[in-house]
Amino acid sequence: MKAAPFAYVRPGSLDDVLAELAGGDGKVLAGGQSLVPVLAMRLGRPATLVDIGSVASLGDLAVTDEVLRVGATVRQRRLERSAEAAAVPLIGMAMPFVGHRELRSRGTVCGSLAHADPAAELPAVAACLEATIEVAGPDGRRRVPAGAFFVGAMTTGASAQEVVTAVEFPVARPGEGHGFGEIARRHGDFALAGVVTRVRVGDDGAVLDARLTGFGVSDTPVTRDVTSIVDDGDALADLAREVVDTGGDSHGSTGYRRRLFRVLAARELARALRAARKERT
Amino acid sequence: MSETQQRWTPSRIEDLALVTGQGRFLDDQDPLPGTLHAAVVRSTQPHARIRSVDLSRARAHPGVAAVIGPDEVRAGLKPFPLSTGAPMHYYPTAVDVVRFVGEPIAVVVASDRYVAEDAAELVEVDYEPRGVVVGARAALAEDAPLLHEAAGTNVATDRSFSFGPVEQAFAEADHVVEGEYDFPRYSSVPMECYSVIADYREGSVDASGAGGPGVEAWANFHGPFTMVPVMAGALGLPTSAVRLHVPADIGGSFGIKAGIYPYVVLMALASKHSGTPVRWTEDRVEHLLASSSGADRVMRFAAAVSAAGEITALRTDLVDNVGAYLRPPEPSTLYRCFGNITGPYRIGAVEIRARAVVTNSMPTGLNRGFGGQQLYFGLERLMDAVAAATGLDPIEVRRRNLVDAFPYETPTGGVYDSGDYAAAVALAVKNADLDELRARQAAARAEGAHYGIGVALVVDPSGTNIGYVGLATPSEQRKPGRDKSGSTEHVRISVDVQGVVTVLLGTVPQGQGHATVARKVAADRLGLPVEQVRVVVDMDTSTTPWTVTSGSYSSRFAPLGTSAVVAAADTIAATVRAAAAVALEVPADELTLRDGAVVHPSGVSMLFRHAAGVVHWDPTSLPADVPARLYAEAEFSPRETGAATRDDRINSSLCYGFVAEIVAVRIDPETLQITIDRVSSVHDAGTVLDQRLLDGQVHGALAHALGGAMYEEFTHAASGQPTSATFLDYLCPTSAETGFELRSDHVVTPSPLTPLGAKGCGEGSSMSFPVAFANAVADALPGIAITKLPLHGEVLHQLMEEN
Repeated sequence: MKAAPFAYVRPGSLDDVLAELAGGDGKVLAGGQSLVPVLAMRLGRPATLVDIGSVASLGDLAVTDEVLRVGATVRQRRLERSAEAAAVPLIGMAMPFVGHRELRSRGTVCGSLAHADPAAELPAVAACLEATIEVAGPDGRRRVPAGAFFVGAMTTGASAQEVVTAVEFPVARPGEGHGFGEIARRHGDFALAGVVTRVRVGDDGAVLDARLTGFGVSDTPVTRDVTSIVDDGDALADLAREVVDTGGDSHGSTGYRRRLFRVLAARELARALRAARKERT
Repeated sequence: MSETQQRWTPSRIEDLALVTGQGRFLDDQDPLPGTLHAAVVRSTQPHARIRSVDLSRARAHPGVAAVIGPDEVRAGLKPFPLSTGAPMHYYPTAVDVVRFVGEPIAVVVASDRYVAEDAAELVEVDYEPRGVVVGARAALAEDAPLLHEAAGTNVATDRSFSFGPVEQAFAEADHVVEGEYDFPRYSSVPMECYSVIADYREGSVDASGAGGPGVEAWANFHGPFTMVPVMAGALGLPTSAVRLHVPADIGGSFGIKAGIYPYVVLMALASKHSGTPVRWTEDRVEHLLASSSGADRVMRFAAAVSAAGEITALRTDLVDNVGAYLRPPEPSTLYRCFGNITGPYRIGAVEIRARAVVTNSMPTGLNRGFGGQQLYFGLERLMDAVAAATGLDPIEVRRRNLVDAFPYETPTGGVYDSGDYAAAVALAVKNADLDELRARQAAARAEGAHYGIGVALVVDPSGTNIGYVGLATPSEQRKPGRDKSGSTEHVRISVDVQGVVTVLLGTVPQGQGHATVARKVAADRLGLPVEQVRVVVDMDTSTTPWTVTSGSYSSRFAPLGTSAVVAAADTIAATVRAAAAVALEVPADELTLRDGAVVHPSGVSMLFRHAAGVVHWDPTSLPADVPARLYAEAEFSPRETGAATRDDRINSSLCYGFVAEIVAVRIDPETLQITIDRVSSVHDAGTVLDQRLLDGQVHGALAHALGGAMYEEFTHAASGQPTSATFLDYLCPTSAETGFELRSDHVVTPSPLTPLGAKGCGEGSSMSFPVAFANAVADALPGIAITKLPLHGEVLHQLMEEN
C-alpha cells in the first residue's frame, strides 16, 4: 500500500492550480480522505498531485440572504461547526453521517462533491437543494447545477483540467422543511440507501412543492419531484422500484435497498412536512 | 511526580508508555542497521497453475537488491511439517500452483518499500487458471476440482469418534432433534499487522554460537512456540540456530499473528539472497487477503432427548474449511474443544465426525475463541431446537441438563475442574431482568415489532493441552514414545543488588496486561510493594526460558503463566528467608515475607533488600545447602493435561470456565435493522486476578463476537475472488456499534488445579455471544430459520423473501 511515483505541487494561486492541471494528468488534492487510499492501493496513478491547500481564495465560507457559499478548501468539520451552516438546515442533519468526525476534520465539502461517490451524503444534499457548483478551468469559471454535475459513479461534469472552486447551497426559505435519513451497515459507512427531502408548504400548510433525492441507490443521486405523492405509500413503493437500480452487494441487495428507500422516503417526507408546517406556525 | 501522573492512575503498568507514544512495536525498532525492505508479489488468481514467473525486470529495477520466486523457495526450503500425513505440501509461497488470491509468489527486496512495490509490479506471472472451490460444501462435492492433486481429495483429515452408548440412546429417545448450521469465516483484525525482520547469516547468529548458518529474526509472533521448530525445519536448521525476538509491545493479535511464521521463513530466505537483513511490514490489504482467519464450518448436530428434556446422546458432523492449506496448527479448530464438546451438559454419549477440507481461500488458524464459537453455534442453536421439540423454555431445558458436580469427566475425556453452572445461570437471568425483557417483547409484538431473547451457556476452556494435536492422527498410527501432552509455562525471576525483583516472562503478550498481573502476583508472593517488582516481556528464544507450549494462546496466561510466576517466586522467597535467617540468627522456616521485609514472630526483621544483599555481597555466610543465587527458573507443568488415550479421549484443556449469556434484540419491522437492547453476561474464570483486566477481556471478547455476529465476514464471489478485501467491505464494529447495555458479572469457583485458582478469561464471550445473538434473532422472528451468521438487515430481508 505505497503509492506509485507522482509529482507533488502546492500552488499558491488558482491560476497556478489551473496551469498545473492543464496537462490533463494531474489530480486535485484537498482533504485527501478518498484520494490518498486510492493512491496507496495504486488504483489511481496521477502524474501530478495538485494540492490546493495554499490557495487562500478557495477558503471562503459565507452566507447571504440567498446562498451559503462554501469554498473548495473548507473542511467538512469547519462547515459543520460554523454559525453559517444554520442557514441550510440539511447541512446539520447530514453532516453527522459523513464518515466519522476524524475524517470530517480533514475531508472537504467540495472534495466530496468532486469525488461523486453515489452513496455519499453531500452530493445528495446538493442535488436535493438545487445547489450550484462552481468550476474553474482553462476557459474560465462556470456554474453547474448540482443535478447536472453528477453524471455517473465517481464521475462529474468537471474535466481533468478543471477544479471545483465552491458550492453554493440555497438558504432555507419560509415554509420549508427537510428530512435526512440513511441506513448503513455501521455508523459512518456509505449508505445502503439514503434519502434527502425538502418540502415547502403554504400559509395554510398545504404542500406547495416536495423534492426527494435518493443516494446509494443508483450511479448518481436521483432527484424526483414528489409533490403529489408526499404521503402516498403505494406511489413511494413504485418510486422505489423505479429509482433503485444499483446492482447491490453482500451488504444490500437491490431488493433490500428498495425496501430501505421506500421506508426512508415515507419517514423523511413526513418529517420534512412536519418541519415545514411547524415553520409556518 | 509529573502532572500527568498526578491526574491519572493507569490501571495497568503498560498504559503510560502506550498512551504517550513510547510503545516499542517492531516497526519502531531498527535493530540491524542496513536492513532493506521487502514487498510480496501475490497471486491475483484463486486457483491456477503457474506456467512461468519472470523476475528479470524486477531484478533490473534500480534500488532492488534481490528478488526470489518459486525456484528459490523450492531450492532453499523444505515444506512445513504438517499435523497430519496429508500430501498437501505447504511452503511460504506457491511453488507450482497458486491456491488463493493473495498467496505469495515472489519477494522483492529493495532500498525502501516504495521501490520494492514499484519493482513488484514488474514481476510477470503467467497463470493457467483451474476450477475453483468456494466453501466447504463445494470442497466435498464428487466432481470438485482438487487443490492438491497428490492427495486425490480435498479432505485433509477425516476422523470419526464414538464414546458411550450412542446408538442405544438414539434408539430409546423420545425426541431426536437435528439441525444443520453454518459458522462464518472472520478474523480479529488487530490494529498492528504482521511485522518481520529477518537476517540470514552463513556464520553463527551470535558470538557464542557454535558456528554454521543461522537466522536471527524479529517478529510480532506470540506462539505457540511449537512453530519455532516448524520454522527451523523449513529452513533446514536446528531449532537453536533460529534466534527469534518478540518485541515488548504487540498491537493486538487475538490469535491471528500465530499465522506469521511462514513469513519469518520467507524473509529469512529473502535475506539469504539479498545478503542483508530484510524487513517486511504487512499492510492492511495483505492482511485481509492473506494473513489468517478463523475457520468457517458447516456442521450437523443431532440430540437424543427424553420426554423430560434430558439429552442422552449427541451426534456431530463437523466440516471445517481451513483454506488452501492445512497450515499448522490446523486442524486444531476441530480439536481445541474436544474435551468439552458436550458443553456444560451431562451428555454421556457422543459421536463425532471431524473433517477439515481445503478450498481456494486464505489458510485459517487461531482466532479468539478458537473452535469454541464454531462448536457452540451448533450446540446452542440445537438446544433451542430441543426446547422447541419438548415444549420447554430454552433456559429451563438447559438447566435440566447442566453438569452439577465437579470434577466432571466428559465422555470425550475432558475433566471440568470446577464450576457452579446453576448459580451462574441464575445470576445471568437475574441481571438480565428477564421479566422486564419479556414485557418489552410482549409490548413490541403488540405493536407489530420484533423483539427476541436468546441465551447461550458455554464451557470456556483455557490452558490448552498440546496433546489434542495428536487426535488428528488415528491412534494406531501414533508412534509409541512420540506422544504429545501438557501445557507447560516457564518463568525466570531474579533479584538485583538493591532487592528489586525482575520477572522475565515468555508469555509474549499483545496488549493483555501480563506485566501488570505478573507484577502483582510476584509482589504478593514475595511480600513486596508492586513498585519493587519489574516485569520484562520482550522474548528472545536464546535467553528467555521457553518450551514448545510457550506463548499467548488459549487464554493460558491466567492459569499457567501466573502459576509459573508463583513457583519461581516461592523459590526466590526460600533463598531470601535462608539469607535472612543467617543475619537474624533464627530458623528460616519461622520467617515470613511481608511489607518489604523478612519478619520473625519475635519481632526481629530485616528488609527484603538487605536479605537479598547478603546473597549478592556475602555469599560465604550462607549455609552450604542454600544456593548463592537470586534467580530462579520455574515451570508450571500440570499433570492433568496428559496425552490422548488409545481410545482417543483427551483432557484438551487444563481449566474449564463458564459463561452464561442472555441477549435481547429489537428488530425494526420495516428496515429489518437489528439493535441489541441488552446483554447480561456472567463469567466464571475462577479466582479473579485483576477485575479491571477481566472486565476488559469480557468487553473485548464481546466486541469481537459482535463482529462475527453482525458485521464481519470474509466472502468470495463464485469465481473465487475475495469480495471483502478492504475495510470498505470487511466491516469491524466500532465504538458506535458497541454502545449497547451490558450487565456483566462474575461467579467465582476457584480451579483446584492452579495455585491461585485462576482460569483463563480471554475468550468466553467470543464463544457465547454469536450464538446467543442468533438465538435472540430467531426468537424475534418465529418461523424464520436462523442457521447462519452474520445476521443483519440484508440477510433478514433475504430470509423473509425466501419465506
